[in-house]
Amino acid sequence: MIHSLFLINHSGDIFLEKHWKSVISHSVCDYFFEAKEKAVDPEDVPPVLQTPHHYLITVHRGKLFFLSVVQTEVPPLFVIEFLHRVADTFQDYFGECSESVIKDNVVTVYELLEEMLDNGFPLATESNVLKELIRPPTILRSVVNTLTGSSNVGDTLPTGQLSTIPWRRADVKYTNNEAYFDVIEEIDAILDKSGTTVFAEIQALCFSSHNPRLLDDVSFHPCVRFKRWESERTLSFIPPDGNFTLMNYHVSSQNPVAIPVYVKQSISFFESGPCGRLDITIGPKQTMGKTVEALMVKIHMPKAVLSANLTATQGNYTYDLPNKVLVWDIGKLNPQKLPNLKGILSLQAGAPKPEDNPSLNIDLRIQQVAISGLKVSRLEMFGEKYKPFKGVKYVTKAGKFQVRT
Amino acid sequence: MSASSAFNDEKGGSSSVGEPEYGHDPASGGIFSSDYKRHDDLKEMLDSNKDSLKLEAMKRIVAMIARGKNASDLFPAVVKNVACKNIEVKKLVYVYLVRYAEEQQDLALLSISTFQRGLKDPNQLIRASALRVLSSIRVTIIVPIMMLAIKEAASDMSPYVRKTAAHAIPKLYSLDPEQKDQLIEVIEKLLADKTTLVAGSVVMAFEEVCPERIDLIHKNYRKLCNLLIDVEEWGQVVIINMLTRYARTQFLNPNMNESLLEEGNDKTFYGSDDDEDEEEEEEKKSEAPMPKRKPYVMDPDHRLLLRNTKPLLQSRNAAVVMAVAQLYFHLAPKVEVGVIAKALVRLLRSHSEVQYVVLQNVASMTIKRRGMFEPYLKSFYIRSTDPTQIKVLKLEVLTNLANETNISTILREFQTYIKSMDKDFVAATIQAIGRCATNIGEVRDTCLNGLVQLLSNRDELVVAESVVVIKKLLQMQPEKHSDIIKHMAKLTDNIQVPMARASILWLIGEYCEHVPKIAPDVLRKMAKSFTNEEDIVKLQIINLAAKLYLTNSKQTKLLTQYVLNLAKYDQNYDIRDRARFIRQLIVPTEKSGALSKYAKKLFLALKPAPVLESPFKDRDHFQLGSLSHLLNAKAGGYQELPDWPEAAPDPSVRNVEVPEWTKCSSREKRKEKKVEKPFYSDSEGESGPTESADSESDSASGSEIGSGVVGSVSGTASEESEEGSESEEEEEEEEEDEKDKKMTMKKELKKPVQESESEQSSEEEEERKHERKKSKARKSDSESESDEDEDSESESSQSESEDSESEAEVKKKKKAAQSKPPSKPVKKESKKEMSLLDLDDFEPAPSPQVTPLNSFLSNSLATDLEGLSLSDAVLSPATLSPCSALKSYELLHRIRGEGLSVEYCFSRQPFSPDANMVAVQMQFTNNATSETKNLHMEEVKLQSGMRVKEFPEIELLPAGETATAVMGIDFCDSTQAANFQLCTHTRKFFVSIQPPVGELMRPVFLTENEFKKEQGQLMGMNELSEKLTLDAECRNEHAIVQRVTAAANLSRVPCGSDRECRFAGRTVTSGSLVLATVATKEEAAAQLTVNCEKMVIGTMLVKDVLLALTQ
Repeated sequence: MIHSLFLINHSGDIFLEKHWKSVISHSVCDYFFEAKEKAVDPEDVPPVLQTPHHYLITVHRGKLFFLSVVQTEVPPLFVIEFLHRVADTFQDYFGECSESVIKDNVVTVYELLEEMLDNGFPLATESNVLKELIRPPTILRSVVNTLTGSSNVGDTLPTGQLSTIPWRRADVKYTNNEAYFDVIEEIDAILDKSGTTVFAEIQALCFSSHNPRLLDDVSFHPCVRFKRWESERTLSFIPPDGNFTLMNYHVSSQNPVAIPVYVKQSISFFESGPCGRLDITIGPKQTMGKTVEALMVKIHMPKAVLSANLTATQGNYTYDLPNKVLVWDIGKLNPQKLPNLKGILSLQAGAPKPEDNPSLNIDLRIQQVAISGLKVSRLEMFGEKYKPFKGVKYVTKAGKFQVRT
Repeated sequence: MSASSAFNDEKGGSSSVGEPEYGHDPASGGIFSSDYKRHDDLKEMLDSNKDSLKLEAMKRIVAMIARGKNASDLFPAVVKNVACKNIEVKKLVYVYLVRYAEEQQDLALLSISTFQRGLKDPNQLIRASALRVLSSIRVTIIVPIMMLAIKEAASDMSPYVRKTAAHAIPKLYSLDPEQKDQLIEVIEKLLADKTTLVAGSVVMAFEEVCPERIDLIHKNYRKLCNLLIDVEEWGQVVIINMLTRYARTQFLNPNMNESLLEEGNDKTFYGSDDDEDEEEEEEKKSEAPMPKRKPYVMDPDHRLLLRNTKPLLQSRNAAVVMAVAQLYFHLAPKVEVGVIAKALVRLLRSHSEVQYVVLQNVASMTIKRRGMFEPYLKSFYIRSTDPTQIKVLKLEVLTNLANETNISTILREFQTYIKSMDKDFVAATIQAIGRCATNIGEVRDTCLNGLVQLLSNRDELVVAESVVVIKKLLQMQPEKHSDIIKHMAKLTDNIQVPMARASILWLIGEYCEHVPKIAPDVLRKMAKSFTNEEDIVKLQIINLAAKLYLTNSKQTKLLTQYVLNLAKYDQNYDIRDRARFIRQLIVPTEKSGALSKYAKKLFLALKPAPVLESPFKDRDHFQLGSLSHLLNAKAGGYQELPDWPEAAPDPSVRNVEVPEWTKCSSREKRKEKKVEKPFYSDSEGESGPTESADSESDSASGSEIGSGVVGSVSGTASEESEEGSESEEEEEEEEEDEKDKKMTMKKELKKPVQESESEQSSEEEEERKHERKKSKARKSDSESESDEDEDSESESSQSESEDSESEAEVKKKKKAAQSKPPSKPVKKESKKEMSLLDLDDFEPAPSPQVTPLNSFLSNSLATDLEGLSLSDAVLSPATLSPCSALKSYELLHRIRGEGLSVEYCFSRQPFSPDANMVAVQMQFTNNATSETKNLHMEEVKLQSGMRVKEFPEIELLPAGETATAVMGIDFCDSTQAANFQLCTHTRKFFVSIQPPVGELMRPVFLTENEFKKEQGQLMGMNELSEKLTLDAECRNEHAIVQRVTAAANLSRVPCGSDRECRFAGRTVTSGSLVLATVATKEEAAAQLTVNCEKMVIGTMLVKDVLLALTQ
């Protein structure tokens, strides 16, 4: 299975290596660097590379490459999923998954990797189990450790590892028991030039119950009892301790999806001079009576665009020249006074008129509404004598929301 | 091997990489003095008493390892801390050890005993981590220790330890593939484990060690299916993939009936005829083809698998979803496959790497099962923000999904793609349009027009790609499109991309009759620029010239000549060759033969239109979701997905039999005993509800003796005996009686001879031997009883009072049964041997970890033989005597050897040709009816350093005869097996000899003082001591001496105290001293101490002697 892991930063330095079997020279990464050279964008490096003696499977997370070396047949998704799990664990432990954080905690990282794989096969990947084996670093603990000489490593087998519910520690005790549910729905949509919906669907993270007709496809955290869901459409589960994603669901494109905003736009480049014109207006469409917040428009401009001289009636715009990205940060959408961005784009002199029109990526957020109309109808807890605090919060966001021009 | 070379690479590599910290690094070899200083620093910290300092040092060292720096020279300082109390230090030492053990094998061995102690720790986490580290140390010499540890851990009470044991199996296998057979036994045992924790790991081990042993799955199939949902996600992936392969070998193709549907219709047609006669006839007719027509009924086990995997489509783990998806794709009836589409589409929301893999698989699926993804067409629409590789894959899927009904939507979508900024993607889109146009006739013209419009695109790449695609499309119906060809001819002025130019020229040449006016003009222009063109363009110019010459020679003759002349002097030999070849073909000369007549036919033949195929076509012959599928090339270790069988194999193999349950219950009793042992007490409480690793095999029964080794060996024994018992049950019963008696008696008889033979014929020695034989006889009694017990045979144990006469009777009876008159003594002896060998089936096979106590039966056999020969006074006692007190092992069984059986024993005599070799005495018996010739050895395969002195060839071994020969093996002081082929004039047999550690030494004589002095020098890591409780029959000095010398070839050292027995010997190869002391205390308590500079020998010897004394 997984033979070795190399962590590589964007400039191509290997700053951590771990081998679960015999040592493999880091020169094997040269094949990866070669592929990386070729790719324009780090996203375009093929996740699976074949070298004469090994296969390299890479994931790209937070400006880092997690490159694993395998020698024999293994399902590629198995490795990819695992590598992402490693990155998730780092994030969980250190708050972020970046080169500096990993370098600062290199020993903990190494201990974690040691526990996560045995002979290249995953051993403990559940965060609750890992946290009992290797305690995450906190300032308090590091002070205590230096004073008392106690260690960060547990000396008994976490009970979770043996139970059928590895995601929960035994004997979790808090003074307050609280359960919060965030229902976060994301709208994925492609709108064409005229504003008609080409494709739209809702993706959601987290939680729901009792709206079976709508939910097209669901995936669960292992704690959810499949059988109960199948028969009663009720989510029954023993929750892990801490934050987790309970379920993902997907409201398919067959159902009509409410699109919260409309966009009127025209971007055109003149045949005659080295310039173009841009005019964008955004207005509310189906917002369920709520305010659209954190509205933002991102446009990847053609290469020839040198600068933008625009005026926005609301919010600010910036043009990132090296990446050719125009960002217009609008904020709250005011239905009375629609935000508008208008002005001139100047092109490189002598460059041909760009043929392609850039597309608009829209980001937004609507609080207290799940656009699919989904509601948590009931939330019950068993096995506790007192009434814990329960709360449900709904948010609708734009996912991959794109307007073509 | 590769590992070591890789390591060298790294050493080389690390010096070429310059990193900031480099200068400070001990591995850099930069400024020596400063390095040295820093090392000292770390070493000092490691040597200190403070755990905090040690921890700090280890953290720094681990950080070095993490950065890929070499920290190997700290090995001695680090390894000392392996037994450190601080758990974090310990863990970091483990990390270090696993990393460098391979390079520092000798030093690594120093740590082994710590792990062996750890394996017995009451804390399951410590047991597991000890096993993890021990099995990760890639040092071949500890293979036997690893094997032992794995076997022991496989029957541990803690499922976590058993899981670790399963993980250790592939590690050991990669270190020493020779261990495969033994490992398979462990896998078999663990496969029967009923805990979810173990299931995934053991299936992983199965896949790596013995994926071909699909038979091991049968009995566990249903259990695996039922456990699946509760197995951890990684295990689920492995199990599902394995079960997919399994199902392909065991069940019938659920889609097989599709082809038989028509036949089914026939039948109803017949059935509608009411005529009775006809019906009868029909019955008759259908008798033969019946199996074929039989409606397909899915095996319930097949259904079980599909049903139990389906909920996993909702797993959060993409790998699990993919595994289930491929299972459904490969195994489910067509109508049911659809459910996976939804789940796969959901994965497209995940990380881009996941999307990449999923899309590859979806692309393969859409070729065979287009329908199931059609509803999700829009989910594959491309966003401008997708990475190019994702875009291209989505495009592939969209193209595969295109059909008459959705093509207009897809083409509209494609139109937006063509405007993209990403030119690679645009090129891919143009090809996709071409493919849609070829596959769907209705839109061909539309597509062609669209592409022609693209010819005026400003981007040259787009134009070039369009030209290439148009060329392919035009080939399908050229006559309609002469204006397009004309349009393209004009492009030659502008377009520079060679592939596009070549395509245009080919088109004009091919269809020059449609554009008769333009074609010669194009050739003229091309002739002008010929020298500046790329090679592929030049070749097409020559082609064009040739075709024009043949159709329109008037206008183009001179031009053609000119082009050919230019080509004749071209730098590229292909072009020169082509020009010469074409000139010969088209320009008729006297020399050119018949071919030129056919030139026109050759050049202007109708060419089949190209087929534009998906690159994913037929990729599904690789198991979907696999690495091989992704790369479209077989990856190492890939297991082919077999085709469905024609007829389903017997489904009853998956039935779990009842007798096994009864066995189970009896075992449970034994287990209870085991639980009582103080050693597990602590941890076992926690793992209470989980089931133990107990398995169908009887091996656990042996563990009541106290150690897993014996357990597994006796397990094998009982298995074998089961086999044997089928045919020879009766015989064996008699045999059993007979043998026991003979043993006691014959040993008595043998005594004097032994005395004369023995090197030190002191009275004490003699008495000891006497004692030993007696106790052995007793033990073998109990052994055979327990054997019967395990076989659950209800035969009553024979009465002890029977005398030797009755034994003789039995013998006679048997001979009569075999209807072979006892003609001469030798014959008789061999016959005796034969019947004894049948008995032999009951014996434990000589496993590498053979413990002396398991071979009493064969031992007694040797004694038996001896006794016989003595009484018959035929064979000289000298040849046989060495075997007297020695165990013999089977090298080749009568059945496998096709009548030839071979046994060997370690004669414990110096091997005269080479003092560094262990003498192995072999006894060949020909049980066949024909003679065997030219018995000799071939193809000796040894671990490095080992040597073999072959035995002299035995030219003739007549039927029924027995012969002995002595060979010498230098085992290099290791218990590695010597493998070789035993050849007769007709056959070759692969055999191997593996010595118990006790045979790797020879006795030396030391005085008490010498012994003490030597022992004083072998302290510390070289001393191993274990407390033990002596066996009830082993509480006196004689018994102890006898058992120790039986277990190991040591000699006794005189000793003043009667509470101590001392033994000394030297290893055969290196002559390292081996000292053993057994100090008895009150009651049965005793302490065994072994001092030996060879750590591994020492540890193994302790094990063996311990066993000998406690049993």
